[in-house]
Amino acid sequence: MSSTPPPLSLLSAVEVQGVSVVYPAKEHTVTALDNVSLNIQPGEFVSLIGPSGCGKTTLLRVIADLEQVTSGTVQVNGMSTQAARLARAYGYVFQAPALFPWRTVLGNCCLPLEIHGLQRAQARGVAMEHLERVGLKGFEGKYPWQLSGGMQQRVSIARALGFEPKLLMMDEPFGALDEITRDRLNEQLLRLWRPDDGSERRTVVFVTHSIPEAVFLSSRIVVMSPRPGRIVDIIESSLPADRTLDIRDTPAFAEISHRVRMSLQDGHGGH
Amino acid sequence: MAGIEVKPQLRGVGSLSRVREKAGDEGGGAPRPSPASPRGSLTPSALWFRAGPVLTVLGFVLVLCYALAVWLNAPQVIERTLSAQPGWGATDLMRLTWSMDRPVLPAPHQIALDLYDSIFNWPLDSPRNLLFHAAVTSSATLLGFVMGSVLGAVLAVAIVHSRTLDRSLFPWIIASQTVPVLAIAPIVIVILGSFGVSGTFPKAIISMYLCFFPVAVALVKGLRSPGVMETELLHTYAASPAQAFWKLRVPASLPFLFPSLRVGIAAGLVGAIVGELPTGAQAGLGARLLTGSYYGNTVQIWSALVMSALLGLFLTACVALAERLLTPGGKR
Repeated sequence: MSSTPPPLSLLSAVEVQGVSVVYPAKEHTVTALDNVSLNIQPGEFVSLIGPSGCGKTTLLRVIADLEQVTSGTVQVNGMSTQAARLARAYGYVFQAPALFPWRTVLGNCCLPLEIHGLQRAQARGVAMEHLERVGLKGFEGKYPWQLSGGMQQRVSIARALGFEPKLLMMDEPFGALDEITRDRLNEQLLRLWRPDDGSERRTVVFVTHSIPEAVFLSSRIVVMSPRPGRIVDIIESSLPADRTLDIRDTPAFAEISHRVRMSLQDGHGGH
Repeated sequence: MAGIEVKPQLRGVGSLSRVREKAGDEGGGAPRPSPASPRGSLTPSALWFRAGPVLTVLGFVLVLCYALAVWLNAPQVIERTLSAQPGWGATDLMRLTWSMDRPVLPAPHQIALDLYDSIFNWPLDSPRNLLFHAAVTSSATLLGFVMGSVLGAVLAVAIVHSRTLDRSLFPWIIASQTVPVLAIAPIVIVILGSFGVSGTFPKAIISMYLCFFPVAVALVKGLRSPGVMETELLHTYAASPAQAFWKLRVPASLPFLFPSLRVGIAAGLVGAIVGELPTGAQAGLGARLLTGSYYGNTVQIWSALVMSALLGLFLTACVALAERLLTPGGKR
């Protein structure tokens, strides 16, 4: 952060170049990612979709500096992934809420802010704001076990918004939820991506294995295939930026879904 | 050992209602009413729910004690008294077996009377008062408990942070507990005595020796309990190791720590009592037990025993209270 960075508008939010991740094993090595390149511009909503074992989570973890690459380079906002992590440049939402059971909802949302060194009162103010944005005002004094699964995951999203990150990474955040809850949270997520107050859009990288979810949310869909994990297709969405759940009944939605499904099949066809 | 109260689910009563509380309605609706405080409210039925089982067992134990007293004391009574008066009946036998001076097994009311007499009819600083001895023993226990908990915590933190220490220390910690405390106690007393240290401190050392083990083992487990996801979460926040320790590992270890403290303080009490045996029986519950057995005063032995059991219950209850005050979020 200290050395003068190039203007943000020229920078990719995420730049992945020729990345391979190989896990050495006794019998034969496992190639989780094989020469993957991907460029994500600021303000994009990019979904990574593919069957399990295709490396979509590995790719997300590499970007988040939770996994090391075997070869290739990854840059976040023009920084190395480690520098970006240390600069708290992104928020990460895990598959499970991973809330601390000894902290209240508000306490959980304050956690990243406390670690960042904010004063308690200040942290509470910011955390309350984020809780309100995910519709959990009034629940701040509850403990995680008092909330449903969907509410818990919303708390974890509010927590990830803590530093107001420009980049939000989500690893199948709604995978464990029922479809009705998931639909509602998807709509909410779109509102978080495109804030009403006219502020700049965040960049979202979203891992899922649900085609409707990927098509509904994304401005770009990255289709991946397993063994070895690689990108087989990148589909630009022609859907309008402002979407409601009704859009799923339109022909355009069906067409994009069809293309994603075809790409997924092609990816599998090679094996 | 009567002091060890193994009740990890002290608050289990509330857990069922909490599960029901967790019904999965989604969406932003009004805040759900908080569950009727599962801890505090003591309605008569709730009181009976808690105390009932304990009182029932107490009743059985009392009946058993009276029966055993008759059975065990009968030979002496018959030989010394009843054989001289022909035609004695069951009531005579019971009356005499329950009121002997030096019975094999005293009747519960004899123990209760002896306890009452020693506590209320003698000044607090008199060696005839059991509270005086209880105070002597508990001061050694508490000092040992504090030293043992600190030692256990230091060992656990060291073990968790160093693979080398994990492999080199852990076997020794376990081996230390296989040495009978009865063998360690005189050694500690003699060695410290040669430095002119006597009184509370040597007993506290023995107490600490029993105390640190459960704390160390439980805390190692507790500090290692956070999952991969929680650890990675802090990693994405770029948290320092110290922050990860205080904000994740320590709070995660508390549910492991407190049960071990309850076991630890009870074990520490045993250690302090054992430590009082080789000191020549000056003061303390251990000393009281020893003099009782020197002079064949079984009632005194039993009342000291009951006193130490009550002390153990009291000390573990104090730890349980501290647990309630210090662990937020209720039970998970």
